[in-house]
Amino acid sequence: MFKKLSLATLAISALTSAAIAAGGDGKITDKDFSFEGPFGTYDQNQLQRGLKVYTEICSGCHGLKFVPMRTLADEGGPHLPEDQMKAYVADFPINDEAANQHLYEVETEELRALKPTDNFPAVNSAGAPDLSLMAKARAGFHGPYGLGINQFVQGIGGPEYIYSLLTGYTGEEKEEAGTTLYENTAFPGGWISMAPPLYGEDVDFDDGHANDLSHISQDLSAFLMWTAEPKLIARKQTGFVAVVFLTILSVLLYLTNKKLWAAAKRKE
Amino acid sequence: MAGIPHDHYEPKTGGEKWLNSRLPVIGLLYDTLFIPTPKNLNWMWIWGIVLTFCLVLQIITGIVLAMHYTPHVDQAFASVEHIMRNVNGGYMLRYIHANGASLFFVAVYLHIFRGLYYGSYKAPREVTWIIGMIIYLAMMGTAFMGYVLPWGQMSFWGATVITGLFGAIPGIGEGIQTWLLGGPAVDNATLNRFFSLHYLLPFVIAGLVIVHIWAFHTTGNNNPTGVEVRRTSKEEAKKDTLPFWPYFVIKDLFALAVIMVVFWAIVGFMPNYLGHPDNYIEANALATPAHIVPEWYFLPFYAILRAFTADVWLVQLVTFVTGGIVDAKFFGVAAMFGAIAVMALAPWLDTSSVRSGRYRPMFKWWFALLVIDFIILMWVGAQPAEEPYATISLIASAYWFAYFLVILPLLGVIEKPLARPATIEEDFDAHYPAKKDASAQPAE
Repeated sequence: MFKKLSLATLAISALTSAAIAAGGDGKITDKDFSFEGPFGTYDQNQLQRGLKVYTEICSGCHGLKFVPMRTLADEGGPHLPEDQMKAYVADFPINDEAANQHLYEVETEELRALKPTDNFPAVNSAGAPDLSLMAKARAGFHGPYGLGINQFVQGIGGPEYIYSLLTGYTGEEKEEAGTTLYENTAFPGGWISMAPPLYGEDVDFDDGHANDLSHISQDLSAFLMWTAEPKLIARKQTGFVAVVFLTILSVLLYLTNKKLWAAAKRKE
Repeated sequence: MAGIPHDHYEPKTGGEKWLNSRLPVIGLLYDTLFIPTPKNLNWMWIWGIVLTFCLVLQIITGIVLAMHYTPHVDQAFASVEHIMRNVNGGYMLRYIHANGASLFFVAVYLHIFRGLYYGSYKAPREVTWIIGMIIYLAMMGTAFMGYVLPWGQMSFWGATVITGLFGAIPGIGEGIQTWLLGGPAVDNATLNRFFSLHYLLPFVIAGLVIVHIWAFHTTGNNNPTGVEVRRTSKEEAKKDTLPFWPYFVIKDLFALAVIMVVFWAIVGFMPNYLGHPDNYIEANALATPAHIVPEWYFLPFYAILRAFTADVWLVQLVTFVTGGIVDAKFFGVAAMFGAIAVMALAPWLDTSSVRSGRYRPMFKWWFALLVIDFIILMWVGAQPAEEPYATISLIASAYWFAYFLVILPLLGVIEKPLARPATIEEDFDAHYPAKKDASAQPAE
């Protein structure tokens, strides 16, 4: 995330990259995302593409139960037009009724339709983890030697982990205690119970954007970073303003302090 | 107030006289704000203000966070996400509060090591030191319980491991652990009491901070020379000191502003860098994380806890002598608390009559080694419990104890200290010599 911070960190990056390749459980590719660095923001079109991948493929097994559906229309996010967001919510299927009993209505004796103020439905039926926070719950980068320098330079690497996992299937399978495991170069231990979810060209985009495996994996990773950290842009803007103003304040206080002490230090 | 002679507050107007004869609060504020402060204080004396700021920052952000947080095992994790997504500015509040804890500990460690180097713990400031150590313990308790509240995987498993330490106490341990947790395992009762205590302890700390300040305002600040302010008369004292306002307030505020630049850069651009990804996974009693790692500020003492395993001969000896009552687990717990206890006893373990490390040629090196030792312990505390880390943490732990129990007492006897300046004024003037130029004005 901080790769673009300064030339100095770039230099450190070059020095430590050898150690990165060697360490870690799985093989994580350091993809460049638009939201990296102190000034990086989400690419609205990419988030919309990622949303489409999630909706058409992932949502069958994975929920996003912490993400309010109305936020799809938020600026700085996918920023769907209000009517599109409402239509999306109305169409969204509830795949796991047992996991969404908060929508149960006594009068009709069934689950009510989703509203924009609801969160995405939870999905527990497939035993798959919720994806709301996945991009912050995984670290793609570690070390070297437990010093945390790689994370400082490259970011924690959650989206990179997701991307590497989605593109890391080798095609090998094995049976273990009645479950099929799939070999994956990014997954710790090398064998994952999730069947390859994406093969490339799984989704068609209206604008004809490339939909090969690498591209849709990247789009989905970016979308999941947004679901995990929806206020990223506002946060960076606040941070930037604070840093600028505090720097000015520091200079003013430095000058005040210098003048104040000058007599005592006989510099006047 | 006893201590350095200085001008006291005299009520002038009728209203002031009326209030002063009933409650001398203005005089108290006056004496606190204008207290004579050694004028040679260096930049390591800014951490007290930073710490006070941290306490206020944590209390204010914490109170607002508590308005939106739900301390229930089914809702705690979701309520934190509610703060992050739905509460106005909630993401900022939470990131400031979480990283504020880190800033708090950065400042407290620098503050403590400043005290250790300049001998601030020595007579007559032992009480200030002891209260400081109690504040530090209360901070650790508060931070530990605060980390449990988001109810992520590290929250849950950290709580399980740390409360398990009390279970290591022979005989009564298990009873104490159950009593602390409010049940046989970390659960809703634990979360509720941790929330309650996490809210209470900061106010206890605030009270202790007032006593801490009261104590050193009575003895006067230590300073880089360790030489006391002259107290024979107001005029003599004025040559060694400057009033806290405006000299040190402005200086400290400048330092605080610089530190805030770094702090806000972290909050704004990398707020999760110091956290653990596993804490974004909701607590699950059935899935233990691969590595349970405490927050970075606990790592040095966590390393000491883990260093004393059953294959260390000292542990085996103690286990044998006590007939198995003190096993490796209890030994580790005792070592961890002992590591803080020996630090608290520094005023009585240090036999040197010279306060400041600046004039102690041998002490300097052993102290530098202690700082390196602390950093090594912090690093090794985050590593898996295997070789070579086990041996490194054992050696590093041994040095921590050796420093306080052997080196400090011995150095006072064998070390030949360097010449110290007679007064603070002499030290200050050596740094800022008078200009040769006739137009130069004298100090004051």
